[in-house]
Amino acid sequence: MKLLVCISKTPDTTAKISFKDDNTQFNGDGVNFILNPYDEWYALVRAIELKEQKGGTVTVINVGDSSNDIIIRKALAIGADEAVRVDQPAKSSIDTAKQIAEYAKSQSFDVIFLGKETIDYNGAEVGAMVAELLELPYVSFASNMDSSAEHFVLTRDIEGGVEEIKLNAPFVVSAAKGMAEQRIPNMRGIMMAKRKPLNVIPGIETSSHTGVKSFTLPAEKDGVKMIDPDNMDELVRLLKEEAKVL
Amino acid sequence: MSVLIIAESQNNTIRSASNEAVFYGKKVAESLGTTCAALVIGEASGAASLGKYGADKVLQVDTGGKGFDSQAYTQIIKQVAQQESASVIVLMHSSTGKSLAGRLAIAMDAGLLSGATALPQIDGSSMIVSKTVFSGKAIANYELTGDVKVISVMGNSLKPELIGEEKTPNSLTLDLPTFNTEVLGVKTQSGTVPLPEAELVVSAGRGMKGPENWGIIEELANELQATTACSRPVADIGWRPHHEHVGQTGVAIRPNLYIAIGISGAIQHLAGVNNSKVIVVINKDPEAPFFKAADYGICADLFDVVPKLTAALQKAK
Ligand SMILES: Cc1cc2nc3c(=O)[nH]c(=O)nc-3n(C[C@H](O)[C@H](O)[C@H](O)COP(=O)(O)OP(=O)(O)OC[C@H]3O[C@@H](n4cnc5c(N)ncnc54)[C@H](O)[C@@H]3O)c2cc1C
Ligand SMILES: Nc1ncnc2c1ncn2[C@@H]1O[C@H](COP(=O)(O)O)[C@@H](O)[C@H]1O
Repeated sequence: MKLLVCISKTPDTTAKISFKDDNTQFNGDGVNFILNPYDEWYALVRAIELKEQKGGTVTVINVGDSSNDIIIRKALAIGADEAVRVDQPAKSSIDTAKQIAEYAKSQSFDVIFLGKETIDYNGAEVGAMVAELLELPYVSFASNMDSSAEHFVLTRDIEGGVEEIKLNAPFVVSAAKGMAEQRIPNMRGIMMAKRKPLNVIPGIETSSHTGVKSFTLPAEKDGVKMIDPDNMDELVRLLKEEAKVL
Repeated sequence: MSVLIIAESQNNTIRSASNEAVFYGKKVAESLGTTCAALVIGEASGAASLGKYGADKVLQVDTGGKGFDSQAYTQIIKQVAQQESASVIVLMHSSTGKSLAGRLAIAMDAGLLSGATALPQIDGSSMIVSKTVFSGKAIANYELTGDVKVISVMGNSLKPELIGEEKTPNSLTLDLPTFNTEVLGVKTQSGTVPLPEAELVVSAGRGMKGPENWGIIEELANELQATTACSRPVADIGWRPHHEHVGQTGVAIRPNLYIAIGISGAIQHLAGVNNSKVIVVINKDPEAPFFKAADYGICADLFDVVPKLTAALQKAK
């Protein structure tokens, strides 16, 4: 099977967030970036497992500049066979999806994997967009993929439960927790990653109707009000009368 | 120009969370000086009540008993949106809404904001809408342009109000697209409000020492009619089911009240809960980072204080 995994780079959750240019741009200086956990732990590993089961290749794709090569090499070290980087900064979900779809169109992949969402913007947008651009079915937030038969059965997380879906390749799927177990790259993987192909290709012109105008910081909390553990009546009163949540 | 709202159903019943999307859509329609329609795809009881939350009309499309398929639903919504000359499409930021929003943005060449936490500001033909980003550490204000705008609304962003009357659903006949996926089954827990939609959440972590101690958590949750949640390690070691895991890698929630019991408040946990309106933290360690994100704190042994809180709630009824 020909498998594609879309991987993205995101600030580590513990990173301190700041903005520049009059709060219109994210300030990446000094920020530790990581491979988006959903892409790494679930999408990529499940794709590798599928290849181990059925044979084929796993290609990873990233839209971004050369500073992303480090996360791409990590994906290769974990077990992807080859990588493609569309050489331009990711501008928007729509732009990213169009770049990925443009590449995928020329390749006929059986399954395109994405992470559930990026942990910085939590959009969960790119997968649905890629699917629509390629006119493919899309199953979001899959927590299990049964690939034992000719067709696939995916378990998708929904509010308060799960839904089971049967479909045939080709399709697009976004991976949530449960899809696979995280794999840590070993020394051999890291050495081999250096020799695996990373093809840098130019992007296409795109347009979109969505853009960030500015960032603001959330209002500071007033600070915690400590309550005497022997006076839970007081907490109940505050929740009712002051916070008005009961 | 009009606003089209996508209502969701589960087990052939309209999900009550749809009321918020309808109310949001109505507010957007009012500020644009136009009307709104709620669209129900498939058989669903309770569709008429969407009128009570502001839908000027309710439209229903029969899919012949087929389940959710993002590709087919996108085609259906696109047809209805064109018939209704919709300039704004409102969805819930739910598993269904997220599967559709990106597709619709492509299919309709629309501006898209997913996870809106407030009503848009209308600025001529463009709109400014905000969402929370970077694990709750910032708010991004997006500008949407284009003839059609798609907005998915984060749960508990707006309190739906009863502002209208029931509207008998109007059946639409459309060219049904092909469904390339088949829903084999839906499994949901009954009885409790699903976490992403819960207004009150009682959550516990490793401070509980073991799964056998969860009785006091369940009693507190019962007393409050709250939904239960947990920290990630607790789900990972199997003390609690995975669907209860909240945080960066679990479910992100924004209830009105989040009570965190025996949870340290690691940033990855906070990422999923720090948009809760009010946070109560119960922890025996005065240095626990969670206190910094809390509104009310109780520094004490949870085994001692949780039953006391349940009793105080009972008494205050
Ligand atoms: C990439 C990544 C993603 C992650 N995603 C998530 C996520 O989505 N959600 C999540 O929750 N975590 C996540 N984590 C893990 C997170 O960093 C913390 O390890 C985790 O949240 C800690 O869980 P805890 O608070 O239950 O346990 P602990 O950190 O062990 O805290 C237990 C707390 O209970 C208190 N306590 C103990 N006994 C008592 C008592 N008798 N009475 C009162 N208080 C008591 C202690 O003082 C302590 O503060 C993630 C980590 C990483 C690296
Ligand atoms: N710049 C990018 N390059 C490749 N894939 C991406 C990029 N951004 C996002 N993705 C993929 O799209 C998924 C969803 O991202 P998002 O829609 O931003 O939440 C991620 O988990 C990745 O799999």
